[in-house]
Amino acid sequence: MSFSIRKSLYPGLNLGEGHGDDHLEAETSVFGFWVFMMSDLVTFGMFFAVFATTVPLACCPGPKELFNLGSVALQTAFLLASSLTSGMAILTLKQQHASRSASTKKLIFWLLLTVLLGCGFLYREISDFIAMAAAGGPPTRSGYLSALWSLVGLHGLHVTGGLVWCLVIVAGILVRGVDLRWKLTLLRWAVFWHFLDVVWIAIFSFVFLGGLL
Amino acid sequence: MLDAIFGRLTWDSIILVQAVENPNINTIITASAAAMMPVGGVMIVALLTWMKWWKPLFEWLTSVDHKKIGTMYIIFAVIMLFRGVVEGMLMRANQAVGLDGGFLSSNHFNQLFTTHGTNMIFFVAMPFLFGLINIVVPLQIGARDVAFPRLNQISLGLTAAGGFLFMISLMVGEFSTGGWTGYPSFTGRLVNPGVGPDYYILAIAISGIGSTLTGVNFSVTIYKLRTAGMSFMRMPLFTWTALCTSILLIFAMPPLTACCAMLGLDRFLGFHFFTNDMGGNLMNFINLFWMFGHPEVYILVLPAFGVMSEIASTYSGKRLYGYTSIVAATMCIAVLSFTVWLHHFFTMGQSATVNAAFGVATLLIAIPTGVKIYDWLATLWGGRIRFTAPMIYLCGFFVLFTIGGLSGVVLASPTLDYQLHNSQFLVAHFHNVIIPGVLFGILAGIHIWFPKIYGFRLVEGLSRITAFLWAIGFILAFMPLYQTGLMGMTRRTVAYEDPALVPWMVVSGIGSLILGLAFLFILLTILVSVLNRKKLMVPFGDPWDGRSLEWATPAPTPEWNFAVLPKVECRDAFADAKAKGTAYQPIGKYDDIEMPANTYYGFIIMVMASGLGFGLVWHMWWLAIASLLGAIATAITYAFMPQKQYIIPAAEVREIDEAWRRAAREGTGVTRDDECKEANKGLAIPATITNP
Repeated sequence: MSFSIRKSLYPGLNLGEGHGDDHLEAETSVFGFWVFMMSDLVTFGMFFAVFATTVPLACCPGPKELFNLGSVALQTAFLLASSLTSGMAILTLKQQHASRSASTKKLIFWLLLTVLLGCGFLYREISDFIAMAAAGGPPTRSGYLSALWSLVGLHGLHVTGGLVWCLVIVAGILVRGVDLRWKLTLLRWAVFWHFLDVVWIAIFSFVFLGGLL
Repeated sequence: MLDAIFGRLTWDSIILVQAVENPNINTIITASAAAMMPVGGVMIVALLTWMKWWKPLFEWLTSVDHKKIGTMYIIFAVIMLFRGVVEGMLMRANQAVGLDGGFLSSNHFNQLFTTHGTNMIFFVAMPFLFGLINIVVPLQIGARDVAFPRLNQISLGLTAAGGFLFMISLMVGEFSTGGWTGYPSFTGRLVNPGVGPDYYILAIAISGIGSTLTGVNFSVTIYKLRTAGMSFMRMPLFTWTALCTSILLIFAMPPLTACCAMLGLDRFLGFHFFTNDMGGNLMNFINLFWMFGHPEVYILVLPAFGVMSEIASTYSGKRLYGYTSIVAATMCIAVLSFTVWLHHFFTMGQSATVNAAFGVATLLIAIPTGVKIYDWLATLWGGRIRFTAPMIYLCGFFVLFTIGGLSGVVLASPTLDYQLHNSQFLVAHFHNVIIPGVLFGILAGIHIWFPKIYGFRLVEGLSRITAFLWAIGFILAFMPLYQTGLMGMTRRTVAYEDPALVPWMVVSGIGSLILGLAFLFILLTILVSVLNRKKLMVPFGDPWDGRSLEWATPAPTPEWNFAVLPKVECRDAFADAKAKGTAYQPIGKYDDIEMPANTYYGFIIMVMASGLGFGLVWHMWWLAIASLLGAIATAITYAFMPQKQYIIPAAEVREIDEAWRRAAREGTGVTRDDECKEANKGLAIPATITNP
């Protein structure tokens, strides 16, 4: 009983006993971040709710004219792939850093790959925004477009924040090595990154697929 | 060029300039209020320099100690309470002479009720409660600090930044006139292009983010930092209510952030969330606002219920009756609070079925609240009740809060609400729950825990007078409003034509004067107590024969709280230890204590957030962008800086702690008869009362 509790101190990937005290130290910090994520989820929920109550107006272009499903599918692929690579980064942290082998390079490789995929996502998303504006659908045209742009934009803003955060972590690891604080930061960032994936899946199905059905 | 630097800020935006150019009663009142800030600021600077207090001041501002952060919250709240009370008195005075037009212009009156409401909720009640929670919760659960001490400091900084924006609107520009709820489209860009609504949005959004972080911090503190043996069902009631409030903050603040962000997008970038045209829907704002707004009511009142629970058991010398049912009731209220938001706008066009559902949900909340009242009454039964200040607040609460709750039950019925909504009856109702509920709880809480942190009691006589003044002032100021509401007087009325309202309004005005006096008596109580602090010292730390862990420390509590983290074996752990005679026994082994060092993090974030808000309000884009980038750069810099700790050596802790324990074992305590006398040095002879 006590063993299983100590093994999993918070939801998600734990550092594990191999990390010694660091494993226990992570408990409060990562649990706290999960709580914060719940709060953030409610914020997204509110933007979803407002989006759900708006309808495209006859005056302005609607989903059929504005959405580029191929591009959205590509964005989804980028983001899901980046979630996978971020997971690889955390697995590297968990399994190889426990034995303190020289795995920092591998860790940084996975993190930078994640950043690259995230940038791909952002590039496609911003291109789509520009195309939407050019097709007569800027957010100032109607309530529907305001809700659409803010919901998708809020997610994009989170992704941007996540990318900056990841780069800060990479820089931090290069400066100080993988010490306890960067481990904790990495764990929290990973929760954040997967969270953005979950939100994106909701946006993809609810906003884009739902809009075109 | 000047536009790029100052945005839309002009010379005429400054209130003092307006008063000189166009002197009339409205500009003079605003200008004198505005002038208090520079004058007060100069006086404070002079005082700090004169007393050589700059260094201690910065030690406080950079502190991460939960007791100091809590104190700063409370000082902030007292300053804001002063403004709130004065605004209330102005409005009551205006209505007392308001037959065919009072002395205030309608625009000024609209600003007053908006600032009064915004201020009292966001910058008085919440900081007061956060202050109490900060001070008390870590002590009650046997912890050395909160889970994230630096985040705690940032929360305080964000609250203060919101307060700064709110206060600066008194000097530069104007505040919103849209009420504390700020409904569009009145607060939208089309109707209200000025700075007022921008101040409103940014002040509450910035402080709201601070509140969200407070919620995260305290829920994690209570989940993860409880001392050995402190299971959930052994936690003191105040901690339970703090936990429920934290959970509510986590889930209820995001809707506020979201609706402020959307209104901001409408105003700044011309979006159409809440506009009347182009597919906007203002009902979305109203729904989002009250999805926050209703849980907010319970965010405020639950910790006050926690204080009442502590009073009921401590000041009758008994354990709490029906602990489990109070915990369950608290949780019920927390959950139900998310299911009733629609009762704030029964008249805004839903079907009767929807209204009925929300009406019934609202009525349901009366049940757990009633359970609590009966539990507290049952706690008092057969106890040895001391009629000191906290008990006066509790009894006032029993009578007055119940009346307020019952008027809420009246309003919860959609049919009656069609008559009563937007009337003075509503004003009477929510003041009737917030003053006897929240404010009485806060004031009683300060009376109880003040000696814990500062080492001396508040003078009893003045505290009792203060309590009675609040109760009498409240009754005179707000009970007449039930009557005028039933007579058809609407809320937020600057002038009226029915002479039958005048006597009620005059009584209400007199009541507001007494409330002003009651505020002065708070300051007087503290001042007299500070002057007589030698006589009021309670170094042993247990002036009220307390029951939970916070009383098992000396007063003032050392920065490390507990020399050795206590082990808990039952509810009311300290009462149990005193009864068994195991309190104050020597501890074998002391360890070095590691505490987080002071940091400027929160202070810098406060400055940046204030700059961001002010820059956005006045369209000084350079200031807004620089502040935002500055805040991000600060966060990154601190991520790279080592988190400093400092070590308090075991020997030092041992010396202080052993001396205190020895003195407590050898000292002779006082019985409850001498509780308010000089003999009470904080060492209690525990009363033995068996439950009837």
